[in-house]
Amino acid sequence: MADRLDIQKTYKMYVGGAFIRSESGHYYPLTGKGGKLTANICLATRKDFRDAVTKARGAQEKWAGRSAYNRGQILYRIAEMMEGRKDQFIAELVREGLTKKQAEKETLATIDRVVYFAGWTDKYTQLFSTVNPVQSSHFNFSLPEPMGVVVVMAPEKPSLLGLVSSILPAIVGGNTVIALASTGAPLSALTFSEILHSSDVPGGVINILTGKTEDLAEHFSTHMDVNAVVYAREDESMLHQIQENATGNLKRVYHVWYKDWYSDEVDNPYAIADLQETKTTWHPVGI
Amino acid sequence: MLKETELKRPNRLNFTGGWNYDPAPESASNVKLKETYQHFINGKFTEPEEGKYFATLNPATEEKLADVADGSAADVDAAVKAARNGYNKYWSKLSGRDRARYIYRIARMIQERAREFAIIESLDGGKPIRESRDVDVPLSAAYFFYYAGWADKLEYAFPNRNPKPVGVAGQIIPWNFPLMMAAWKIAPALAAGNTVVLKPAETTPLTCLKLAEIIQEADLPPGVVNFVTGAGATGSEIVSHPDIDKVAFTGSTKVGKMIHKSVAGTNKKLTLELGGKAANIVMDDAPLDQAVEGIVNGIFFNQGHVCCAGSRLFVQEGVADTVRDKLIDRMESLIVGDPLDKNTDIGAINSQKQLQTINNYLELGLNEGGEIYQSSCPIPDKGYWVAPTLIGNVSQSHRIVQEEIFGPVLTIQTFRTPAEVIEKANNTPYGLSGGVWTDKGSKIFNLTSQLRAGVVWANTYNKFDPTSPFGGYKESGIGREGGLHGLSAYLKF
Repeated sequence: MADRLDIQKTYKMYVGGAFIRSESGHYYPLTGKGGKLTANICLATRKDFRDAVTKARGAQEKWAGRSAYNRGQILYRIAEMMEGRKDQFIAELVREGLTKKQAEKETLATIDRVVYFAGWTDKYTQLFSTVNPVQSSHFNFSLPEPMGVVVVMAPEKPSLLGLVSSILPAIVGGNTVIALASTGAPLSALTFSEILHSSDVPGGVINILTGKTEDLAEHFSTHMDVNAVVYAREDESMLHQIQENATGNLKRVYHVWYKDWYSDEVDNPYAIADLQETKTTWHPVGI
Repeated sequence: MLKETELKRPNRLNFTGGWNYDPAPESASNVKLKETYQHFINGKFTEPEEGKYFATLNPATEEKLADVADGSAADVDAAVKAARNGYNKYWSKLSGRDRARYIYRIARMIQERAREFAIIESLDGGKPIRESRDVDVPLSAAYFFYYAGWADKLEYAFPNRNPKPVGVAGQIIPWNFPLMMAAWKIAPALAAGNTVVLKPAETTPLTCLKLAEIIQEADLPPGVVNFVTGAGATGSEIVSHPDIDKVAFTGSTKVGKMIHKSVAGTNKKLTLELGGKAANIVMDDAPLDQAVEGIVNGIFFNQGHVCCAGSRLFVQEGVADTVRDKLIDRMESLIVGDPLDKNTDIGAINSQKQLQTINNYLELGLNEGGEIYQSSCPIPDKGYWVAPTLIGNVSQSHRIVQEEIFGPVLTIQTFRTPAEVIEKANNTPYGLSGGVWTDKGSKIFNLTSQLRAGVVWANTYNKFDPTSPFGGYKESGIGREGGLHGLSAYLKF
């Protein structure tokens, strides 16, 4: 067959269930071998981020209000859809410099991780709740509740596994997320958003931005309607800055870092608990 | 400000009927206070390095109770060194079972000396003896008793994790529940295997220093518990000391944020228990007399010096007038005065500074157009006092509705639907606590599950228990104290 000219894809960010370009029109070129252009990637701005927070906040209560069983099925659906399109993920990771074997390993590990966390939606509450035997005549219990809107700064590498592993604990627990994808390898994150779009994840629950940490970290950590920041990168001085900025509204800041994102320690429900508040209720007994 | 006589209607709760309460003071004769108190470092009372002292007053009489050491950077450093040494040499080498035995001893000794502690708490802090005797001191002992039992069971608390003590904890506590806050801080820290340097508030250091005596008598190894007294500057020395592994603070959101900023970029673990502006919601089917008692307990308990106080009252429209009238009648019957008198409902404001803060808010309330009602109860000539106060004609945007006053001052607003009151209740940067009053269980769960707050009371208010986790959402704090959840603040995994 004669060489067919490919149809190239325009990669867009994913906010509020829609595929969008940056409002600024700014972009950065992603280049492959020999400096050849792979794709033009959106450079998210403060405005893009603020819009994403509005969408995430708007979606949060409903997402948390869905039954745990339903959230579990939706997350499992993500794995099903990824499984069907794994070749595309592999191809994209290869375009970003991985070997075929590495790309395959990362894609399959990501799918497995989704399945693992999907199974936690209707279990972590049992694990992290207590009934407290108080002295007075009250039925006293403590339950985890989602913190709200969580910003995830995904690791540069592994770009797909790192992103998905750091988003999952937040959304399993009923939070909504604005995630910044790997700057150097954003393609599979953006394709992941197409998976979200077609697997019944409501718009606004996961929002994916592309761009540069140095443009966005300050806005992520100072926004007054963000409840927590998951910083899954290594740069300690940026972490320090984020922690300082988080003081404004006492955002919870978590530094999530694994030497090996494939290891079993990432499969860990305590990461879900980190993004939960504990509510204690005193219910009267007797009268 | 309105007095009840100007309301031109009879009070239906006129208990006096020609009878008056005779004074019923608790005798302070068996309480022994020294004239001067030093820091408690390495198991010994230790002179402050710079030789400075400050006075702690009885806020009901404005008389000096004792002089207390003013902690400098050198004192804090000595205390942290003692705590590190206590950790390395003794506490980290003990079995959980032995740690438990020491903590049980503390619990029992507090119980043995309970009345003495209650009297000192009321003398130094101004709270009614009824509260210090029935709430503060018994709960303090209970926290030690509860956490003592955890010391040798930690591996069951967090499945599939390997808990380890953090090391040396720096703890800073407020003046509203001095002994109880010390218990909330020290008991879980010791149970989890840490040693502590604790600073009590500058206006209420005495029960802590009495607790130091118990710690000596209980033969705790030197350096395991250290007390450094002083004001904010001493506290900031603790927070910024490089050999502190964990900071635990209870106090205002403003100071909490300063601490949050100062530990940023360090590996110090942090828990904060900060301010609140809690909604207390009365639905139209609530048992109203019970609700009025709960409203009173929610805001006038401990003169309103309570971070989780129910300071914003929301009443459903159909019963708003009834609740307001019943509440005013009840407020009129509250006795303000001598904290040591067993009949006293509302004691002294903790300090002149706090009195000024509250009075500023009352003036602000007037200027903002609030309708202020204050009880006509007699108030002593000396000391710091505020009569129980209710402010109506306010809306969400008023500063007295938004800001924590930390005094016996309650605002009242009305609402029509549950959705409206949830919106109003949650419309604050705080999220510590809330209250719901209704006769219907399903309504309780509907409202409590929507309140964005860490502790929610239904048909009760201001209840605490060592088994029950306490702490806030949003700007009311980070982490929980009490219960199994409270342990994780003092462990690393």
